[in-house]
Amino acid sequence: MFHMPKFEKIWLAIGSGSLVIFLLITGMMAISMGLNPPDGMETTIEPEQVESSAPFNNPGLEKIGKNEYVATITSFVFGYDPNTITVPEGSTVHFQVTSKDVMHGFHIPGTPTNLMLTPGHITEYTQTFNEPGEYLFVCHEYCGIGHEMMFGKIIVEETI
Amino acid sequence: MSIQNEVSVEKDEQKNALTDFEFERKDSNLIMAYIGFSIVAIFLGATAGFFQMMQRAGWIELPNWLTYYQLLTAHGVLLALVFTTFFIAGYFYSGVIRTLDGKLTPLERNLGWIGFYLMLIGSLGATYLILTNEGTVLYTFYAPMQASPWFYVSLALLIVGSWFGAAGIFAAYIRWRKNHKNETSPLFAYMAVATLILWIHASLAVAISVVVLLIPWSFGFVDRVNVTLTRVLFWYFGHALVYFWLLPAYVYWYVNIPQLIGGKIFSNSLPRLTFILLILFSVPVGLHHQLTEPGIESFWKFLQVVLTMAVVVPSLITAFSIIATFELTGRSRGGKGLFGWVAKLPWKDARFFATVLGMFMFIPGGAGGIINSSYQLNQMVHNTWWVTGHFHLTFATAVILTFFAISYWLIPVLTNRVFTKNLNRLAIVQAILWTSGMLLMGGVMHFAGLEGAPRRSAYSTYGDHELGLTWISYSQVIAVGAVILFIAILLVLYIWMNLLFFAPKSEKTIEYPIGVINERAEEPPRILERWSVWIAVSIALSVIAYAVPIYQLIVNNDPGSLPFRSW
Repeated sequence: MFHMPKFEKIWLAIGSGSLVIFLLITGMMAISMGLNPPDGMETTIEPEQVESSAPFNNPGLEKIGKNEYVATITSFVFGYDPNTITVPEGSTVHFQVTSKDVMHGFHIPGTPTNLMLTPGHITEYTQTFNEPGEYLFVCHEYCGIGHEMMFGKIIVEETI
Repeated sequence: MSIQNEVSVEKDEQKNALTDFEFERKDSNLIMAYIGFSIVAIFLGATAGFFQMMQRAGWIELPNWLTYYQLLTAHGVLLALVFTTFFIAGYFYSGVIRTLDGKLTPLERNLGWIGFYLMLIGSLGATYLILTNEGTVLYTFYAPMQASPWFYVSLALLIVGSWFGAAGIFAAYIRWRKNHKNETSPLFAYMAVATLILWIHASLAVAISVVVLLIPWSFGFVDRVNVTLTRVLFWYFGHALVYFWLLPAYVYWYVNIPQLIGGKIFSNSLPRLTFILLILFSVPVGLHHQLTEPGIESFWKFLQVVLTMAVVVPSLITAFSIIATFELTGRSRGGKGLFGWVAKLPWKDARFFATVLGMFMFIPGGAGGIINSSYQLNQMVHNTWWVTGHFHLTFATAVILTFFAISYWLIPVLTNRVFTKNLNRLAIVQAILWTSGMLLMGGVMHFAGLEGAPRRSAYSTYGDHELGLTWISYSQVIAVGAVILFIAILLVLYIWMNLLFFAPKSEKTIEYPIGVINERAEEPPRILERWSVWIAVSIALSVIAYAVPIYQLIVNNDPGSLPFRSW
């Protein structure tokens, strides 16, 4: 039905073939290694009142095991609560973050922690910090006139 | 006898048979209205982009009546929504009139004018509201930031206007089909119809979001809005939008360029197949813009990633066909050996040269796009400057350079003024400046994005954080690119003003280039012209990809959001 020169068939076969391999690898990483992008199907009460009930009535860092923490964070125009978090190196942090008003972002450059914060929803992601240092996190979704002033820090302390 | 044989016979027997086509005055006025306003839009949008970048690099401070985010909103709305839609409408009308019996009926022309005026009112309204700081919500207008209700009304007019414009083209196509039973439609008209089917399908979603969800909410008839639902509906439209920009460039590459360079269209079926595949795979893919957000299950995100990647197939077909056309043309002009044909191509013709620069830039642009939509890899670049860099290579370079090249012959056809040697030389310089500016800007944005620099952010050192200071250095290199681009936009404006008002009038009719199909090409399969089949498949794919995620968003206890004005 579609006349194609031989070279075009080879060209398309190589292109489509590598695409299939690529998608298989991506798919296997998702299924067998659990490497999925951040999500979270939990919803909250009205965004402007999230601070009146758990878990966002008590934002902050909670230790739940050896080197394992839950970081409960709220975002708002134009900041985060808490905006500084300190953990020892090698810590695994389970983030649960929401917004009290408009869309915000939560990105720790240099890590795959790159979250969209939607009012009414809880975004969840787990990140392990193996390298000590001061990690910046920034809002990377336009949220208003002070958007570029919205950031915080994660301090990963060296353990001796 | 098939249509392409007729055309090639005419061409062979009487060399000028195809070149003495002229638009009727009424038709060329319509085309000129669309193209004319698109020039205003690109100039204003580019100027906004320039000042915005100067601010972000820390080189200027804006006056207190104008903020970075107003400029950013103007840049996005005027270029992504206004310039493109007007230019594409003008270009499509021109080629459709040219290939569908040479003129419009009054009904078709009136639909075109209604579309033009609705789009004009929408564009002027939106621009006014952006300048008065009533609509500083960027061109993506994410809720629950709430602009003036009239901002949404303006956007709705822009979209609805484009539907009237499309209706005029559909009417012309249906009229032609009626008068030419059992003939294959001309390639240009076919591609225009395919692109507009894609546009209508996709823009229905954003129209629903604007009219059903955002307008009642912004007038205060309802208190709360389901934020994620508006975002999903926006991106149902938003990714197809980028193909709506790209496909007209493909039309030029497939249909007009072969004639300009003295070659023939390589195949009459594969370009049609390409456009059908793009209709199918441009809509059920929007979730790849929302991979990192809550409320949507991973499975559906992954499914849409797979569908997104299917676009690789029509892209590879296009790359092959276009280069094959170039090679056959170069060889027919005496090019020998493996690459001898390259030297035989008309590199000194800006209408070719600018386009080829754009095509080259589309290669890294497309490769970056695969990274963006790669499920896990997306987390490294989502909402960073990398993404902005990506569409400044694909859209702002490949597509825009192609549009410049189109304007260099389309405006002369309409005004009957000559694209002189001097203007051509300027246009070559312009294309080189534009490409270098974009390489510096779009290229460096990629590196800045890998370092984590966020997109859509005003000047900030992030509390003098080491990383924040690095980002400022990147910004300053990018700002140099913006300066080069601003010079380039002034240059193209100078060329356009000449083509519109000052260049010498031509004694002969200026040719509207429509490629002749290679006589060895086969007749396209009839199924490709059965639009109902492809529309049905397209809707089916979209239902498969979107029904469950949208259903979940509606039943998932989303508390809804009150409006905020945070700018």
